[in-house]
Amino acid sequence: MSALLTGGFADPAVQSAHAFRALLEAMARPGRIFPVSGATPPAPLSVAAGVALLVLTDSTTPVHLAGAADCAAVRGWIAFHTGAPLVAAEAAHFALGTWAALAPAARFRRGEPAYPDRSATLIVEVGHLANAGARLTGPGIATDIRLSLPETAAFQANRGLYPLGFDTILTCGDRLAALPRSTRVEDI
Amino acid sequence: MTDHAYNFAYLDEQTKRMIRRALLKALAMPGYQVPFASREMPMPYGWGTGGVQVTAACLTPDDRLKVIDQGADDTTNAVSIRRFFQRTAGVAVTEATVEATLIQTRHRIPEQPLSEGQILVYQVPIPEPLRFLEPRETETRKMHELEEYGLMHVKLYEDIARHGEIATSYAYPVKVEGRYVMDPSPIPKFDNPKLAGNPAIQLFGAGREARIHALPPYCDVVSLDFEDHPFVASKADACCDLCGSGTSYLDEVITDDRGSRMFVCSDTDYCTSRRAEGQRGRLSPEGRA
Repeated sequence: MSALLTGGFADPAVQSAHAFRALLEAMARPGRIFPVSGATPPAPLSVAAGVALLVLTDSTTPVHLAGAADCAAVRGWIAFHTGAPLVAAEAAHFALGTWAALAPAARFRRGEPAYPDRSATLIVEVGHLANAGARLTGPGIATDIRLSLPETAAFQANRGLYPLGFDTILTCGDRLAALPRSTRVEDI
Repeated sequence: MTDHAYNFAYLDEQTKRMIRRALLKALAMPGYQVPFASREMPMPYGWGTGGVQVTAACLTPDDRLKVIDQGADDTTNAVSIRRFFQRTAGVAVTEATVEATLIQTRHRIPEQPLSEGQILVYQVPIPEPLRFLEPRETETRKMHELEEYGLMHVKLYEDIARHGEIATSYAYPVKVEGRYVMDPSPIPKFDNPKLAGNPAIQLFGAGREARIHALPPYCDVVSLDFEDHPFVASKADACCDLCGSGTSYLDEVITDDRGSRMFVCSDTDYCTSRRAEGQRGRLSPEGRA
């Protein structure tokens, strides 16, 4: 029980400010990997996924837990630390899980043509995160950058919907990178 | 000294989360105006309430903040916003562009090129570039949805028909990443080329209008124009009378009631550092007359 009550920010205003700057830089510079700290969520969540939840979610943002992330410990931790309602994939503002558990990604909110901001942000737990693999280009990237992605086809399809689509935060241990819908993804 | 009666950087954490979510969506759709639940701030609308909310959501205690108003660090708006964050966030402040990690600006982009790691926060009065052409929000939203921007080109064409050139000199519309037409806030069109390919993150906050938009670094930003009337980043055809710069954006200052005038750099930090290097202008006390 007490495990549910611990693992949040000790100094929320300052720690969430630092963590948000990492998220802001990550979303502004797709593919770059940033370290974050301050949260110790229960297994199977990574530190970075816990940080993203603490910084971005609250009682106004429905969250979907997919696969192994949908367990009593994580549900309790989210309820205590963020108060976010847990919902089905189609209604989620944020969704959390491995890529396999989140698939098919097309089921998440992609926004409306008049309001493309009303779209989901996927927090994807990945086993390894490195600047290798798929080639990313687009806004925020000077020339190009490589990033290990769980797959490329879904992200290419997502880019095809622009300005609709979901945005992605990839988390691995205490590091994260982002892949906004505006990024073009190529297999190399 | 931080005023501990307030949360760090004034805003409560739930408000910051709401603004932070809007900022991330804005970066994912460059040029699109994300609605957000703008708060009342302890300053009137029109004095930078949108920029202040964006700055408050981004600040960390490690930041070094610079605030400029039309390029100047020492005008009322800039001084009061800088003191607001000194008091509520305890952050370090500076007037030097190169030392700042976060710069809040009203209507200028600093002359000194920005670098990675810096954030430029704009204060925006009217974020909707089509608003003076179409007053209804329902219609402008549909125009953005359908990428229907012909009206903006008609406006620029009417400029040419009346004045022989595109007379729009500030808040000059741009197209971002080939998709959204965006109002870059009322910066002079001289600054428009600096919007594109900038290594810094550019965030735009409109408090009264409750909109946030953003340009990620290295973003494709094109000022709208015509093949036979290309965009020109114009400035006063003169040099700064204090530092002698011929390339910076100039303010014209009337110096008496007999028509005398002088031109000075609008960017006070740029002008001051040039004078510190020994550069002299026409009216410098020890300058060449």
